[in-house]
Amino acid sequence: MEVPILKQGQYLIASIQSALTDADLSQLREALVERVGRFRARGVIVDVTALDVMDSFAVRTLRDIAHMARLRGAETVIVGIQPEVAFAMVQLGLTLKGVATALDLEEGLAFLDGVARERIERGQGRVDRA
Amino acid sequence: MATRSKDRPSPPAGLAVETSDTAALLRELVAHLRQNRTQLREEWARRITRAQLLTAMTEAEIFAEATSVYDNYVEALETGTFEALQAYARNLSERIIPRGVETHEVVGIVLLLRDVLARSLFAKYHEDFDKLNRILDAYEPAANRVANTVAVGFVQERERIIRQQQEAIRELSTPVLQVRERLLILPIIGVIDPQRARQLTEQLLRAIRTNRAKVVVIDITGVAAMDSNVANHLVQTVEASRLLGGTVIVTGLSPEIAQTLVTIGVDLSEMATVGDLQGGIEEAERLLGYKVVPLEELAPKA
Repeated sequence: MEVPILKQGQYLIASIQSALTDADLSQLREALVERVGRFRARGVIVDVTALDVMDSFAVRTLRDIAHMARLRGAETVIVGIQPEVAFAMVQLGLTLKGVATALDLEEGLAFLDGVARERIERGQGRVDRA
Repeated sequence: MATRSKDRPSPPAGLAVETSDTAALLRELVAHLRQNRTQLREEWARRITRAQLLTAMTEAEIFAEATSVYDNYVEALETGTFEALQAYARNLSERIIPRGVETHEVVGIVLLLRDVLARSLFAKYHEDFDKLNRILDAYEPAANRVANTVAVGFVQERERIIRQQQEAIRELSTPVLQVRERLLILPIIGVIDPQRARQLTEQLLRAIRTNRAKVVVIDITGVAAMDSNVANHLVQTVEASRLLGGTVIVTGLSPEIAQTLVTIGVDLSEMATVGDLQGGIEEAERLLGYKVVPLEELAPKA
């Protein structure tokens, strides 16, 4: 199933609706990385609220999306990880290190707005985040 | 029960009384126990004291309980129904468990009563060996069942209390409190075992979700010791919270725990730690963009 990618101002929002195959995930990664450039997006939000399982491939793909998008000039935030999913991920050692996370879409947008503000304050085009 | 004839009064239900002969013997037995009630009761209470059972209770109390147990005992033998005895055993257990009466004492006194009664039967029927045998045949299964009922009742009551307390402790042990919009504190007190650690994490993650928390202060001032398992669990909790968008600040690490953690080499570099709860909350407020200011500073200067 293809994941719809919406454009909202400077941000791209990918809202995952159901469980994805590895191929779907790879497709999502390619589509997002390509569109970051096409729409000159400054931020990417991947909403995983609907996922009740997150395997290592999914986590790695999300991390890759974040790193690739950053190379293309956009900050990524993963939103909507369920409490049970978070706990399972941590136990499996899949901690999405170096990738921003937020509670839900609203929080994700607030986070990206914050990043944008910081950029302006620092007067630089890119912000390096740990 | 098929051998029961119609014209006779029905034998007690629920008991392993197969023939009317047994029923008659039991009736005789009950009559004997009723007749010698005072003397047998006293003998029993004496033997309880001598065996140093129920040391948590006074002699008068022992005698009073002995009387009730005795009457219930005889009644169970007579009616063959054990519900009343069961209820009494539960009630008795409820009263004596808080006073520290142990299982072996309860089993001990019931077995003593069994012995006292059996002795009195020996004394009464020692001339008619055949009759004694038949009386004992009727008495023993019933007496065993009575002993069983009381002992099981006691143990069940004890287990119920233990379960209840565990439940209470579990509920008490993981309060997640909101101190400010989007700021939660989780004070941890006491020993953390794997089960509790897991429950703690689950509760915290759920609370982050429902309260839409951004910052969580975990205060472990009340945790006396920490091993690598618990430390790793704490790290996992911090990471899982981050996945939900929450920042965790750990406060109140005692000098002992700090030394242990460094000695056993737990990697806490990912964790934000602040000395005490106050500092933790101040740091959290800073992250959330709050600043606590005395009211005078806000008042317009005259």
